[in-house]
Amino acid sequence: MKYTIKEDPHKNELVQKVIEISGENIFSCYQCGRCSSGCPMAEFMDVLPNQVFMFLQEGDVDTLLKAKTPWICAACFTCTVRCPVGLDLAAVMEAIRELQLRKNYDYIDPYKVEDREELPPIAMVSNFRKFTP
Amino acid sequence: MAMKRIGVFICHCGRNIAGTVDVKRVAEEIGKREDVAFSTTYIFMCSQPGQKLIEDSIKKYNLDGVVVANCSPTLHERTMRNAAARAGLNPYRVEIANIREWAAWPHEDNPEAATRKAIRIINATIEKLKANASLEPIEVPVTRRALVIGGGVAGMQAALDLADSGIETILVEKESSIGGNMFRLSETFPTLDCPQCILTPKMNDVGGHPNIKLYTYSEVEDVEGFMGNFKVKIKKKATFVDWDKCTGCGECLRVCPVHVDSEFDLGMAKRTSIYIANEQAVPLKALIDENSCIRLQFEKKVREGKIKPKKNVKICSKCADVCEPKAIHFQNNEEIVEENVGAIIVATGYEVVPAEAFPELGGKYPDVITALQFERLLAPSGPTAGVPRRPSDGKIPDSIAFLHCVGSRDPQNGVPYCSRICCMYTIKQAMLVKHARPDIAVYDFYIDIRSNGKGYEEFYHRAKEEYGVNFIRGKVSKVYKVGDKYRVQGVDTLTGRIIEVDVDMVVLATAAKGSSTVKELAKKLRIPYDEWGWLKETHLKLKPLETPVGGVFIAGAAQFIKDITDSVSQGSGAAAKAMALLAKPELEKEPLLAKVDQEICAGCGRCKDQCAYDAISIDPVRHVAVVNEALCEGCGACSANCPTTAIQVVNFKKGQIIRAVDILAEVF
Ligand SMILES: Cc1cc2nc3c(=O)[nH]c(=O)nc-3n(C[C@H](O)[C@H](O)[C@H](O)COP(=O)(O)OP(=O)(O)OC[C@H]3O[C@@H](n4cnc5c(N)ncnc54)[C@H](O)[C@@H]3O)c2cc1C
Ligand code: SF4
Ligand code: SF4
Ligand code: SF4
Ligand code: SF4
Repeated sequence: MKYTIKEDPHKNELVQKVIEISGENIFSCYQCGRCSSGCPMAEFMDVLPNQVFMFLQEGDVDTLLKAKTPWICAACFTCTVRCPVGLDLAAVMEAIRELQLRKNYDYIDPYKVEDREELPPIAMVSNFRKFTP
Repeated sequence: MAMKRIGVFICHCGRNIAGTVDVKRVAEEIGKREDVAFSTTYIFMCSQPGQKLIEDSIKKYNLDGVVVANCSPTLHERTMRNAAARAGLNPYRVEIANIREWAAWPHEDNPEAATRKAIRIINATIEKLKANASLEPIEVPVTRRALVIGGGVAGMQAALDLADSGIETILVEKESSIGGNMFRLSETFPTLDCPQCILTPKMNDVGGHPNIKLYTYSEVEDVEGFMGNFKVKIKKKATFVDWDKCTGCGECLRVCPVHVDSEFDLGMAKRTSIYIANEQAVPLKALIDENSCIRLQFEKKVREGKIKPKKNVKICSKCADVCEPKAIHFQNNEEIVEENVGAIIVATGYEVVPAEAFPELGGKYPDVITALQFERLLAPSGPTAGVPRRPSDGKIPDSIAFLHCVGSRDPQNGVPYCSRICCMYTIKQAMLVKHARPDIAVYDFYIDIRSNGKGYEEFYHRAKEEYGVNFIRGKVSKVYKVGDKYRVQGVDTLTGRIIEVDVDMVVLATAAKGSSTVKELAKKLRIPYDEWGWLKETHLKLKPLETPVGGVFIAGAAQFIKDITDSVSQGSGAAAKAMALLAKPELEKEPLLAKVDQEICAGCGRCKDQCAYDAISIDPVRHVAVVNEALCEGCGACSANCPTTAIQVVNFKKGQIIRAVDILAEVF
């Protein structure tokens, strides 16, 4: 496992996007680990919440885009409430999800959904929201 | 007159003694002695009621001697002697029998033996006590002057405090200017003050203080004497320039053709052979470096007969030619001066391990430098005017890596301790780089960030949140050259991956050690130091400024690496200690010293040869040994070597010791 830093992570475009979408200065995380130790979903994650911040601080957004963690995050806000430097982790997780989704690509074609008529409208709406922000 | 009415007080020391030794039985046994008028036990003899018990008993039983059986005399001998004195008994009629360290603790598994041993120790002590004489402390006059060694911020603070209190103070600094390492710094954490701005007022105060006598470019050559009365020889090293005439104009520096590495800039810049330490030096005086000056080297070779001077050959004297006040005389003006002082403060500071000591981290490359060198590159008054540039080619780097804990926290390859200031200065330097050139990418490889001071953790968070410094947790193991760049091979222990990054420059936070001159100095002062060159305090918690040698104090980074705040506090602290000593017109000294029976003394001088303190002389007329009470430390080396028992230490006479040993050596 090796990672080569090719440019100043502060200048990495994707990191800047995460900062822009979430509104959080991910560089202020000082790796205390409290987000991870309190997260109810952490045991199911492949990258711990504090590691998400470390990957970001090293400019390695690619690894995060491949990770399951952002999708396992329950957006329960436990981490956000506990972070000693006041980072809104839930917003950062959401930002990573959005980065993955915002590819100008329709993940759901409503016309191809079977039994469209029978599906409750709320299910359709939430599908759109989660997959095509 | 041997004592007949002795009181014996046996301490329980909570359960420390009483848990093993049967103190009641000891008191009963000892009470059977004819010369013991009273014996008892008490839970804590050192407590106030315990001391009161001694006082009351002395009066009630009219005691003429006291034995307290408790812990080591180094802890409570004074307590017990003071208690006796309050009740009107001469304090030298009190002895301590150490039954805690000698009986209770070592024989915890055998209470019976411990009890019998305690009885025996007390019996032996009583025998010794019985021949004790009543003594009065000896008064020695005090020289109301102080010496401070080391003109860094700690030494300057100490000298100023002493001088302000009216004590004439001598400050000896080995470099040609005072200021120490702080004067090399760029800015200071956590306030980002400019050290030159805040230090020059202090330096000028020292330079101009009517009560401070400043010897720069000088070293302590020899120390004699004792607390209150030291005689110090100071060597003023050769400058080849008359400092009374030199105005510090700097004309000579402009014409000198020789250029060598500057000590002040730690090799980050050059200086001429005739040089002034720096532009704000105090005193602002020029001196010639003998080893590089063309003329002095030439003269030396002629002296040694290595070359023969040709006639009419003009050898360099460019500096002297331009010196208007004719200050440069090229004469070796080394000089030894003598000063008498009552107290000494050692504030010789620290040094950092050079980068070359870490070849695996690229220490052999010119662009891999120590943090102290990097301070010079960040200093606005430094050789690059505060803009970081690579020493190899002068290029402004695109990226810099900072490595923490280089040689520190590494008992296998370096020093075992944390060097304490490097986390903070590395963060500071990273911030200053970003401040000067925000485009430079900065990588900070750390194990932990140790930011334990007022405003320190906040400073670290600022670097993270506002300055764009990249922090990576893990110790770097290798730095090597790849093209024009340096490849840093580290690890991120938080994500569990090897991290590699190519940078233009590497700054090593190398371990701090005590000044390299300190061991020799400490030997002259007879004060202890450790293997890393830190001076040892008497007690880390309670006597951090004292040394085992009375009247010698330590301050600042000389004791252990510390930041400016702590160095200044210790400087003031040591000054207060010295003032307390010098405030008295006379010092009281323990009267337990060697005494000569001149009737028996044969004047052979064997005692004189043994005395480490030069306290004995042989009277040339009467041909007997004479002890200088002010110098004698009562060690007893003389008495052990006297063939006639003429010289003996008071209250440790031969008869006393032998009687005590006889009892202790009886078959158990
Ligand atoms: C890279 C770096 C950056 C730092 N940055 C900061 C900072 O930002 N903020 C902060 O608070 N601290 C900082 N420090 C620490 C600071 O330098 C020290 O706290 C301070 O210099 C200690 O002062 P001192 O007087 O005890 O010792 P020193 O400054 O070392 O002074 C000792 C003096 O004694 C002299 N001397 C030595 N031996 C003898 C001898 N035998 N005879 C006569 N004179 C002798 C020396 O020449 C020197 O002038 C930094 C340290 C380093 C290495
Ligand atoms: S709780 Fe906050 S500061 Fe601590 S590791 Fe998580 S994000 Fe970082
Ligand atoms: S030229 Fe003379 S007066 Fe001027 S700095 Fe040099 S030695 Fe001093
Ligand atoms: S202060 Fe920081 S860099 Fe220095 S030795 Fe301690 S932990 Fe390492
Ligand atoms: S006891 Fe004797 S040897 Fe020891 S210091 Fe005194 S005179 Fe010197």
